[in-house]
This record gives sequence, C-alpha cells and structure tokens, in this order.
Amino acid sequence: MSTPAISSLEFQAHSAVSLNEVTAGYGHHIVFSDLSLDIDGGKFVGIVGPTGCGKTTLLRTILGTQPVLAGKVFLNGQAVDAIPAGTIGYVPQLETVDWNFPVTVEEVIMMGFYTNKRIWPWPNKKERALVRELANRLGIYPCLHKHISNTSGGQRQRAFLARALVNNPALLVLDEPTSGVDIKTQHEVLHLLNDINSQGITVLLTTHDLNTVASHLPWIICFNNGVVAQGHPHDIFTPDILKKTYGGDIAIVRHEDHLLIANSTPLIPRRKTRDKFFS
Amino acid sequence: MEFLLEPLEYEFFRHGLLAALMVGSLCGLIGMFVVLRGMSYVGHGLSHAAFGGAVVGFMLNLDFYSSAGAMGLLAAILINRITKNGEIKLDAAIGVVTTAMFALGVAIISQVRTFNQNFEAALFGNILGITNEDLLIIGLVTACAIVSILLLYRPLLFSTFDNEAARIFGIRTEMVQFTFSFLLTLSIIASMNVVGVTMIAATLITPALTARTMTDSFGRMLIYSFIIGAVTGVGGMYLSYVFNAASGATIVLFGAILFCLSVLIKRCRTLLGNQAARPHRQDLR
Repeated sequence: MSTPAISSLEFQAHSAVSLNEVTAGYGHHIVFSDLSLDIDGGKFVGIVGPTGCGKTTLLRTILGTQPVLAGKVFLNGQAVDAIPAGTIGYVPQLETVDWNFPVTVEEVIMMGFYTNKRIWPWPNKKERALVRELANRLGIYPCLHKHISNTSGGQRQRAFLARALVNNPALLVLDEPTSGVDIKTQHEVLHLLNDINSQGITVLLTTHDLNTVASHLPWIICFNNGVVAQGHPHDIFTPDILKKTYGGDIAIVRHEDHLLIANSTPLIPRRKTRDKFFS
Repeated sequence: MEFLLEPLEYEFFRHGLLAALMVGSLCGLIGMFVVLRGMSYVGHGLSHAAFGGAVVGFMLNLDFYSSAGAMGLLAAILINRITKNGEIKLDAAIGVVTTAMFALGVAIISQVRTFNQNFEAALFGNILGITNEDLLIIGLVTACAIVSILLLYRPLLFSTFDNEAARIFGIRTEMVQFTFSFLLTLSIIASMNVVGVTMIAATLITPALTARTMTDSFGRMLIYSFIIGAVTGVGGMYLSYVFNAASGATIVLFGAILFCLSVLIKRCRTLLGNQAARPHRQDLR
C-alpha cells in the first residue's frame, strides 16, 4: 500500500473522530443537534439504529460531505476539511452504485490512486503492482478484468474495500457493508475488516444487522437522532437500550458468549404439532 | 478509391470533411462524459441557449462565438445556481433557462427583420459553408478538449462514477464539474455551425452509446467513442455527398445507423454466447 497521508499510529494517539456539539440537518429539518462524540483511534466501531435515525447523516458529517449547522468536526485533531487527501478510505453502500457504469474491477480499485498528483491517465508500474497485490490479498485477483456487475456481492464489496485501502488510510468508513449480501459474505467481510483493524486502521461502519455486529464488533454506538448508548455489544444490547433506540420491544437471547437479538412478538404463531405429539 | 478521392477536389468538401472529422471526434470525446454523467439534456439545452446568445450578439455587433459562448456559460451558471439546494430538479431548470434564452433569440429574429446573417446555419448546420476561421476555432477547441480530458481523466472518471466518494477521497469535484461544463459549452459552440443546434445532442450522445455496446471498460470506451465520433463525421460527409443530402442530418443519421448495428451485433453475440453455454441434449442424458 502507498505511504499514508496520516499514519494509523498517529491516528491512534488522538481521537480518530471527534464531534463537538454538532448540529446537522437538511434545510429546516434538523437530524441531530448538539451531538458530542469521540471515537478513539484504532477502534472497530459499528453504528446501529433504525431507518431514518440519522446514521447516514452522521457518517456524512464525519466524512465532511454534510455541512454542519453548528459545532465542529475533527479527525485526528484536525478540522475535517483540512485533512490531507487519502486519510479517509470510504466504501459506499452497494445499493447506491451504478452497476451499468462501464468500469472493470481493476478500474474501480485504481480510482483510489486518483487523489495523488499524477496527471497522466494511465497507471504507472507501481500503481499496477499495488492493485495486483491488494487484489491478491483480498481474493479478487481473478476478476480484475471483469465488469463490476459480473462479480458476486462479496467480490464487489472487496473491490470497493480495495479501492479504500490503496492509500493506506488511517480511518476506514463503510456505509452498510452488510446489506445486500448473504450471511456467509457478511461474515467474510466483517472478518476481513477485523484483520484490517488489527493493523491499526480505525474502522467505522453503519449497519442494520444487529446480530452480525453483536458477534463481530467490539464497540457499538446505538444511534437515534443522537447517541443512545455506546459500548461492548454484551453491555449495551439490553431490551431497555434497544427499545430506546428502535422504539419497540426486542428480545435478547444470551447463550454463553453469544447474543441473539430477536423480535419478541413474532408474526407467525408457534407450531403446536410437536407439543400435541408429546402431550 | 476514386469514390473517396473525387469529392476532395472541391475546397468546400475538404473544409467540411476536416470540420466533420474534428467535430465528430470532439463530440465523441465530450459526449462520453455527457452520457455517463446523465447530462444529455444539458447538452441539448446549452446549444439552444448558445443560439439565443448568437442572435443577441449579432444584434449588438458582437462576435458570433463570443456571444454564443457567453450565453452558454450564463445558462450553465444559472442552472447550477437554481439547482444548488435541490428544490428544483436539473431537467426542470434546463427547460426553463435554456428555452427562455432560445425564445429570446427567436423573438429578436422575428422583430428585427433586417438580419442578413443566415441563422438557419446555426439551427440546422451548414457544414459546406465552413470558413477558415471556423476551422481554426474548431481545431483549437478540439485540441483544448483532448488536452483537458487527458489531464482531468482521473478526477473526471472518479467523480463521474461516484461523485460523493470522489469528494471524500479528496477530489475537488466542484472544480471538475465546472471545468467539464466549460468544455461542454465550448464544444457545443464550436459544433453549432457544423451540425446545428437541433442536432448537436445526437452528435454528442450517439458515439458514446455505440462505444458502450462494444466494451465494459471505461478507458476503452473513451477511445472507441472518440474514434466512432470521427468515423461518423467523415462517413456522414461522404454519404451526404453521394446522396446530395444535408450534411449535418446525414452525419446524425449515419451515427444512428452505426448505433443500431452495434446493438444488433451485441444481441447476436449474446445469443450465440448463450447457445454455446447451453448444454447439448446428449450431455443432459
């Protein structure tokens, strides 16, 4: 990977993300107000919350694409609009990608280099070698020359992840990386993110999938137009906190080290056959 | 061979051919981004605004290209302003701004009947009346577009594919958008006298669409679109000579035929590919 704009170690020394009494919204609609939040460098953090709770607005505020109405956003102690290009790696929601756009997997990964000062369109040897190395590491080397739509959900996610990693970012932000992919791919992606995080890169993601994050992420922020709670999933996934976050009753099953979050009022009634047979 | 060389004896044809070659390749190059950035209607609208500018400029004794360019740029800035907060959609803003500018031009023509300038050329194209000055301007704009696209290729590709991600990665997307809008306006004005306001949109879009049917790679599509644009211009000019038809219209029709052929070839290849992939009956037994 190329030389990082800000090293991940430098990021770990400060709060990777710091929001200081931030108010954000669209026109007259305020999504969250006076939000203060600190995310330590080197952490692997998931933001969960219901649809429309402001997760994406929070992410966009952190990324600097959503202008704040009040307050300040800092990344590693620097204002978000002053940080060097390539500090943040970003993986968009797969559902927002135009799959008909004429790009190959290699071209998608190569876009990560487009923040550097090289003016010629064609990649140099170093860039090609880095793309191949990353593709190899992420297991997408065989599909480098395929059109982006001719790949599986997992390969697509890895292609965008590779693009985010080419600059060796200090902060990796992913918008809903577990949506639109099957359970196996969800697990693979989260394990991969865990490996990336173990190299010192701060990883921040949003998701709807409580069960997946409960079993993979060490730190969760429950969000609903503001931070409801944050901590280890075993500590904060309680019926009370989830009710405050989602506004409904959610049952939690605990078994040894495992957490299972389930809807407590199932729509399908329990099957009686087995009970009758044994009675 | 004689068929190709015979029309070259005439100076008007040589001028026209050179203009068609440059405008075709220019439109192929710029049109690629117009299509992928969803700006087809912008191209159509800007050409109409530029026409209004040309008429106003003529009335005020200003240069054709400068006045058309100024109005085109004014339209681009106004559209950008109107759509900035997202309340008014892009297509609606284009509809209002550029049609109003076009209407201003038409109103002036209908009021001031002493015009000796033939605005029909700007409306429908007059490739055979291309002057040396026109050739110079088209050449300069084509060279400027090639150099700009080469230098801006990386940020243009990234922001065209995913504007928000490009911004997050540190690309100055607003500067890229502004530069591209400026290039588009220049290209439209340079092409106006060749293919005409009414047919510029097709000249911009068709080579890129044809190229899209041939490849899934962005880099290759850009090269194909450039070449197809040039081939369309030259082929259209020869066909207009053979059939004695309006050159602008023939170029557009030839481009449309190439597009239809490319779609047909793609369908055939897909069908043949599916058949080859399908297992034979005996394999199923």
